[in-house]
Amino acid sequence: MSVIRRLAPFAIALTFAGSAGTATIVTAGENEHEAKAGQHDKSHVQRQKWSFGGLTGRFDKKQLRRGFQIYNEVCAACHSMKLMYYRNLMEPGGPEFSKKEVEAIIADKEVPAPPNDDGATINDDGERIMRKALLTDHFVSPYANDKAAMSANGGALPPDLSVMAKARGIPHGAKPLQAGNIFSAAFEGVKEYVGWIFGTVYNLATQYQEAGPDYIHALMIGYEEEAPKGMEIPEGKSFNWVFPGHAISMPQPLSDEQVEYADGTKATLDQEARDIAAFLMWTADPHLNARKSLGLKVLIYLIILSILMYAVKRTIWAGVKH
Amino acid sequence: MGHHESNYEPKWAIAKWFDERLPVYRMMSDQFITFPTPRNLNYWWTMGMVLFFFLVIQLITGIILTMHYIPHEDMAFNSVEHIMRDVNWGWLLRYMHMNGASFFFIAVYIHILRGIYYGSYKAPREVLWLVGVVIYILMMAAAFMGYVLPWGQMSFWGATVITNLFSAIPLVGDYITQWFWGAYAVSQPTLNRFLSLHYLVPMLLTVFVLIHVWALHVVGSNNPEGLDVKSSDDTLPFHPYFTMKDMFMAIVFLTIYAFFVFFMSNYMGEPDNYIRANPMVTPPHIVPEWYFLPFYAILRAIPDKLGGVIAMFGSIMVVAALPWLDRNPIRSLRYRPRARFFFAGFVVTAMLLGFLGAKPAEGWYVTASRILTLYWFVYFLVILPLLSKMETTNRHMPGSITDAVLGHHGVIPEAKQ
Repeated sequence: MSVIRRLAPFAIALTFAGSAGTATIVTAGENEHEAKAGQHDKSHVQRQKWSFGGLTGRFDKKQLRRGFQIYNEVCAACHSMKLMYYRNLMEPGGPEFSKKEVEAIIADKEVPAPPNDDGATINDDGERIMRKALLTDHFVSPYANDKAAMSANGGALPPDLSVMAKARGIPHGAKPLQAGNIFSAAFEGVKEYVGWIFGTVYNLATQYQEAGPDYIHALMIGYEEEAPKGMEIPEGKSFNWVFPGHAISMPQPLSDEQVEYADGTKATLDQEARDIAAFLMWTADPHLNARKSLGLKVLIYLIILSILMYAVKRTIWAGVKH
Repeated sequence: MGHHESNYEPKWAIAKWFDERLPVYRMMSDQFITFPTPRNLNYWWTMGMVLFFFLVIQLITGIILTMHYIPHEDMAFNSVEHIMRDVNWGWLLRYMHMNGASFFFIAVYIHILRGIYYGSYKAPREVLWLVGVVIYILMMAAAFMGYVLPWGQMSFWGATVITNLFSAIPLVGDYITQWFWGAYAVSQPTLNRFLSLHYLVPMLLTVFVLIHVWALHVVGSNNPEGLDVKSSDDTLPFHPYFTMKDMFMAIVFLTIYAFFVFFMSNYMGEPDNYIRANPMVTPPHIVPEWYFLPFYAILRAIPDKLGGVIAMFGSIMVVAALPWLDRNPIRSLRYRPRARFFFAGFVVTAMLLGFLGAKPAEGWYVTASRILTLYWFVYFLVILPLLSKMETTNRHMPGSITDAVLGHHGVIPEAKQ
């Protein structure tokens, strides 16, 4: 009995390790299958490799610069990014543009000026007095307010993109169990529960926190000129595989050669989708690099401390039966 | 507090002077240094210290977060993002507080299940148990209101769903709900008072934690054998034996916690809460935080709103009533194989209900929730009372804690209880 009790923790640990291993193999198998199907399988969100994933993940500075270029030249025409400051673009852990580069970026941006010496905020023509944007200003929004944004976009409000990458995940395939009899339903239920546990263990084992960028990437490449047979898309909307309900108000924003990358990278749709997703992850989580770098040190420290604590505990209890 | 003789000897004149006026060192020495503790406590007994660690973490990070947070419906969301972006180490404080809440619940669920398994609620520990239930309810209140503060979509709609439960109360329900909101919907007054209460409740919680420790030190710890302490051989001084064992486990917990804070920061949250609250747009699935999911499943298992609310609160009340539902004289399930079987069923039920709570209330999910909800209540209200009359003796039970430690299981026939 006491042998069983002593072995139980190991058995539990082995079970978990086994599940993680199985899940890894199963998922790896799936990925392989997906890879064979080619990049054109865009009917659901697929996990991508990101430089910022995992324990040692960091943002790729060059990728963030390309991503910013896409945001600046494409997305910013409709989407605001109100939580970002221009100074963020030069801070460590981001695209790390030089001060000169950021000043060039904001050279033509204007923001509403504070009241002038006469206390006026509008000029003699009744227009809002503007001033040049500074490094300490928030990103300038494309529209004066939400109403203007909606009016210009057929009634749909282009959402603010500041935290978008954290605000999206992989849509849950929530399909209720409608099986014929109670046995097959129970079987399906057990299968789903076991799958959920495997998924959880696998996500923990791989520190999966990139569902947002995966979704954004899939959304960017998920457009279809014609909706598949049997799917009606209302006037003024586009068909997208991964958008919930498939009818999205935003027309396909990116396509091959949409931008000409400053660093010479070939601007395929897939590349652009990756770069904008990475950039949005950075704007959503600007301290990711600092977090992961500190985190590894904290973990190593705590693991060593745990081992030492255990050794001290063993020593103290050595002479005592318990 | 405590029944053992004080053996505190002030070493310095000033300590003696102080001891004659306010014996606080004596109390600390008696309660946390020499306090006699059953020598056979296993690692399931270390959660108390772990919980204390997380209480302190939550208090410290919470106090600092409040220095930067703005409880205004137009500014709350952005003020949290301001903390995450511009406050020095703000991202660390916020992720620590967010994940700290989850780890508080992980530790408390282990603590509660340990209490149920080893019969720690039985005489003379009924008051200790009830104080624990009060702490748990306060924790849930604090966690619920804290989750509303970032004013994301899930904050807002979670608050709307949960506060609406009070409208199920006959006659005065709507009135109470509006009084609770301070308005006709969840809005500015609600957010403002939730911050106030989110600050108040942890203070109450801390007071009840002290009462919990007090009650524990009056009756002493239960132990895996479920036997009373009979001689000083059965115990060891709290320090260094249990301080060290507890601190070791606390560090192990902190390590796992750090893994989540730094690498899985948003794993236990919902992406929807990074969308600013919008009263005009209902999210497709309103899901509470993971630690409420079993109760959410019970709520939705009952087709009637009032019935669901009663079942949900009832599911906690039956846990509070445990000392009077399970009257079997044997405390530890080590010596009650049948009860152990049904206990395992209860643990599985709670976990499956948690899974179902995250699913939409449709089809077989509802049927499964109903069956499991039924088991939850049958376990407490039927099975445990019935088992109180069965397996009331066990010939393998050792005569004392020391016997158990030395491996004298059931060798002394007359030592049966």
